[in-house]
Amino acid sequence: MTAYAAAWRRMFRSQPGDGVPVGVFLAILAIMVIVAIFAPLIAPYDPNTQNLLGRLKPPGTEARGVYYLLGSDELGRDLLSRVIHGARVSLAVAFLSVILSGCVGITLGMLAGYRGGWVEIVVMRLVDIFLSIPAILLAIIMVVVLGPGFLNVVLVLALTRWPRYARIAYGQTLAVSSQPYVRLARAMGAGPIRVLFLHILPNIIAPLAVVATLEFGLMVLFEAGLSFLGLGVQPPMASWGAMLSVGRNYVSSAWWIATFPGLCLFLLVLSVNLIGDRLSAYLNPKSR
Amino acid sequence: MSVFLLQRLGQALVAIFGVMTLVFFIQRLTGDPTYLLVPETATQADIEAMRRTLGLDQPLVVQYANYLWDMLRFDFGTSYVQNVPVIDIIASRLPYTLQLAAGALFVAFVIGLPVGLALALWREKTAAKLLMGVVLGAQSMPTFWSGILMIMVFGVWLGWLPPSGSGSFAHMIMPSIALGLLSMATYARIARSALLDEMSKDYVRSARARGVGTGRLVRKHLIRNSLIPVISISALEISQLLAGAVIVETVFAWPGLGQLTVQSVQSRDFVVVQGIVLLGALVTISVNLLADILYSVVDPRIRKGGRA
Repeated sequence: MTAYAAAWRRMFRSQPGDGVPVGVFLAILAIMVIVAIFAPLIAPYDPNTQNLLGRLKPPGTEARGVYYLLGSDELGRDLLSRVIHGARVSLAVAFLSVILSGCVGITLGMLAGYRGGWVEIVVMRLVDIFLSIPAILLAIIMVVVLGPGFLNVVLVLALTRWPRYARIAYGQTLAVSSQPYVRLARAMGAGPIRVLFLHILPNIIAPLAVVATLEFGLMVLFEAGLSFLGLGVQPPMASWGAMLSVGRNYVSSAWWIATFPGLCLFLLVLSVNLIGDRLSAYLNPKSR
Repeated sequence: MSVFLLQRLGQALVAIFGVMTLVFFIQRLTGDPTYLLVPETATQADIEAMRRTLGLDQPLVVQYANYLWDMLRFDFGTSYVQNVPVIDIIASRLPYTLQLAAGALFVAFVIGLPVGLALALWREKTAAKLLMGVVLGAQSMPTFWSGILMIMVFGVWLGWLPPSGSGSFAHMIMPSIALGLLSMATYARIARSALLDEMSKDYVRSARARGVGTGRLVRKHLIRNSLIPVISISALEISQLLAGAVIVETVFAWPGLGQLTVQSVQSRDFVVVQGIVLLGALVTISVNLLADILYSVVDPRIRKGGRA
């Protein structure tokens, strides 16, 4: 346990090159996760209660007994409560789609690298094909077919992104497969599943973890982008992307609607990216 | 033509064929595309008629063959909403997106590369650390928020630039910056790490020992030798720009392919969406192929080895 703690400290210790210590970004991420989990307890009001007499109120005003700390949107809903509930959607979609695409991509990539033959040909050609369609366009065409909504967005993002993991898992597996310990395990009669998940996976997980972290930030942006276009989670569910698209329409009269969700989105993605960078520098000291 | 390039060409053709097949099956596996194409108020008879005109009453294999044959003749079908060939619709919007992409690439290159150079040369200075912060920020900035912020500040409050639409050079400035921001950050980081890599090599040390100045060193040696990663990232960036255009054009009401995508999705004009996706893939594949050809021009070692 202490070894883990020491590794953790070494990884996130402030370094001379840092402007802002990476701990700040870890803290931002932790706060967002906590806020997302306990959203109903933290949000001052219900995020979907409309108040037609309190539409487009600027931050810090009160209307009909509701105090709008961050202002209200075009239907008089409390922006703060919606931003808090929006964290839930962002994090949940990103988390689920990273897990799903990671599991599928890593399994297929490892299989392709370990078995070779037709498995390798089929999987790696599929990877090439998926990666040659710009990701947002691929996601859009799938949403058009599947329809929007929370679960479909997760599914679409997972289907769009698994090739990233597969390509890296494949390369790493190829590199590791000829190592003596893998050959030894096979010689001792370990089956392919045992070899893949007990011997190969632990040794290739590091670069995959870096990809997963960076993908997490990307998935947050993708969800927001799809919702911004009206193809993501559907109203009245609060999503930062959808709020930004409303804010776009009120840009000249209500600056707060776009500003706060945008700021949260930016901070979340920035934190995740910086943590991912640090992870990658720690695991791959040459690039430092 | 070397073996390497022929191999790459073959791979590209396989990928194009694969993308067409994938798009076909995404569309068919999830149900009857007729329902995507007819208006929501269509009667059962309308649907049957539509199915016949589309050839959807035929076996799947026949449909697939017909589809591939159409694609080979660059026939992307006819829009059911506008009743105009998809290729004409795309052609009318393409110039706008190309303009925007050119503007964005200009922003990315002209700002990104010098910033990367500065980051590498002044690695230890405070200015470089500040600049690195800006670059990291730009990299995490969602395009739709940076776009809206710019509209708010320069379009609404200061009134310097038109907030949206197209028509003049001034209209292009904000969308180009919004679209180019992410690529700018990528170029700066790639250029920085490529230069740092080069700077740690022996020939740089000996050049310095011979008394070669920094300016000459950068011009004559470093820039040329760190070009490869920059070229390879350019291939990626161009297809990223295509995807980014979907968001940026929506934010700025720019009448290019991105806006067309969103409009077609909203009006359930599936044939147009399909055409744009195929075009996007075609561009991505060609640009990657081009990058590989360029590598082998820049670095002759790649030309000789069978596999890069």
